[in-house]
Amino acid sequence: MVPEAEFRSYYGQPVIKAPVWHVPHMPLYLYLGGLSGGASLMSAAARLAGHDRLGLTARVTAAAGATLGAGFLVAELGRPERFLNMLRIFKPTSPMSVGSWILAAHSGLSALATASAVASAAPASAVAARLPRRVAAALPAVGDAAAVATALTGPLMATYTAVLVADTAVPAWHEAHRELPFLFAGSALASAGAMGMLATPRAQAGPARVAAAAGAAVELAAGAVIERRLGLVGEPYREGKSGRLMRAARALTTGGGLLATVAGRSRALTALSGLALTAGALCTRFGVLEAGRASAADPKYTVVPQRQRLESGDRASTPAPARSWP
Amino acid sequence: MAERVGFFTDTSICIGCKACEVACKEWNDVPDDGFVFRATSYDNTGGLGASTWRHVAFIEQRVPAPGDGGPGGPSGAGELPADSVGPGVETGADGERPGAVTGEPVDRWLMASDVCKHCTHAACLDVCPTGALFRTEFDTVVVQADVCNGCGYCVPACPYGVIGRREDDGRAFKCTMCYDRLRGGLEPACAKACPTDSIQFGPLDELLERAERRVTDLHGQGRTEARLYGADPTDGVGGDGAFFLLMDDPEVYGLPPDPVVTTRDLPAMWGWAAGAALSMAGIMTAAFLRGRR
Repeated sequence: MVPEAEFRSYYGQPVIKAPVWHVPHMPLYLYLGGLSGGASLMSAAARLAGHDRLGLTARVTAAAGATLGAGFLVAELGRPERFLNMLRIFKPTSPMSVGSWILAAHSGLSALATASAVASAAPASAVAARLPRRVAAALPAVGDAAAVATALTGPLMATYTAVLVADTAVPAWHEAHRELPFLFAGSALASAGAMGMLATPRAQAGPARVAAAAGAAVELAAGAVIERRLGLVGEPYREGKSGRLMRAARALTTGGGLLATVAGRSRALTALSGLALTAGALCTRFGVLEAGRASAADPKYTVVPQRQRLESGDRASTPAPARSWP
Repeated sequence: MAERVGFFTDTSICIGCKACEVACKEWNDVPDDGFVFRATSYDNTGGLGASTWRHVAFIEQRVPAPGDGGPGGPSGAGELPADSVGPGVETGADGERPGAVTGEPVDRWLMASDVCKHCTHAACLDVCPTGALFRTEFDTVVVQADVCNGCGYCVPACPYGVIGRREDDGRAFKCTMCYDRLRGGLEPACAKACPTDSIQFGPLDELLERAERRVTDLHGQGRTEARLYGADPTDGVGGDGAFFLLMDDPEVYGLPPDPVVTTRDLPAMWGWAAGAALSMAGIMTAAFLRGRR
């Protein structure tokens, strides 16, 4: 328990503005982006390792996650019809600009990989029969290449959102910029592993179970470090509505992760583990958004650390010049 | 590129008339942002946002008398308990004249007109994914309403909580330092309307010199609590294009005491994300190697 900090403020009003992103759009996008990123990585590894059935699940999950996620992202905008304005420039100083390009590349590649897999898997290749012969012949190779390429875009898809939230003035997000990428990466692996084992015959879902358990472990470790390292600024991850969501996430992820190690034994264990991990990953994303809101709403999280910095002579200093945009 | 211009807001001579708030609304056709009775002070505006580009803060305090071993100076004011600022403040004691009686606390009424800081390193501008936010030829930061797609990223990125999104409109808005007036060779509406010249507009270098002289004068008069805010080009945002003379700690006015542009740490953030992304790939590879056995 951190002792109540003494500080001065303007009638207790917030110093910074809370994120305006909505529930459920924003946390669902974070979850679906992570799911898609983890699944695409799984599809690439499955292709290289010859796990065709698990690879099919992973490809479909990756494409569905990216498409649905993009839908929520567009709906979240104040002017959805101007979504394409995101792609009028590429701006390295904006994680959202970088992320828009990652999403565009990733959703395109995963859709291609899935289209090819579904077309080839269709009975007597009903779809392939309608395509020109040369296209049909090239389709599997193009799909495989796309799937392998998502091994690059997938992990970026799963972790760029951590940079996106950390690159704000919100203390609970900004100060957690080391751990958030690992929290989201672990959560993405757990989500993709969960979906892989839920939608693949048990005998072929071994790697999905391992990925799920390992992802859960990473997610739990990153969460624990955030709570320990951040002190006062980390309070929203422990207290209030956001604290409850983070605790629920921890319980579900712990249970789901442990179950994943034995989920190969029965269908029921698989279902239990997969659903618990999915619910845990969702709670993590909703919890992180709530923690950001709580962190912005109370001026103490902004004022106290800055005041401490000034009093210890550790004043913030100018960033390197010539970094502003454009 | 024209000379960098800015605002010097000298809060020691602000009389709280709110002419700046009104002038800004009128010139820029800024809509109302709700009529809320806050029951805290003479301020029902609350703070800056999508539809409030100038905001006057009102703070009533009791401080040690001037000339009585440091008049509400930095140390004196700093010793006030946190709850001395706010509705619980005892004010208007009978027969009390500020500065007249040594040994007895006096009332002090702080007023300050807040505005977008037009930072040298502006986080809103850095994180804007569409290029809607841009730096003008006057070195100010402006949103192009016809480009903004309402992603909302600039809102939590601002270390001062200035920019907001109009939920009925969907786009982000903030002070433009009257970009249209500047292009027409006029000073911004708030500075034009300010009856005491608390809000001064001009080339930033000149304003900084004038502000330094003003602080020296005030210190000479025993007002040692006077200090500049946002005037230091080596601070966490590289200095502000709109800076202030304050009579108390910044947080008393609702300002962050030591703001930082969040993008300063962006390279480190991408570094940690790359580490996490590589870990993901490593774990997935290991999962398949293990699953093969």
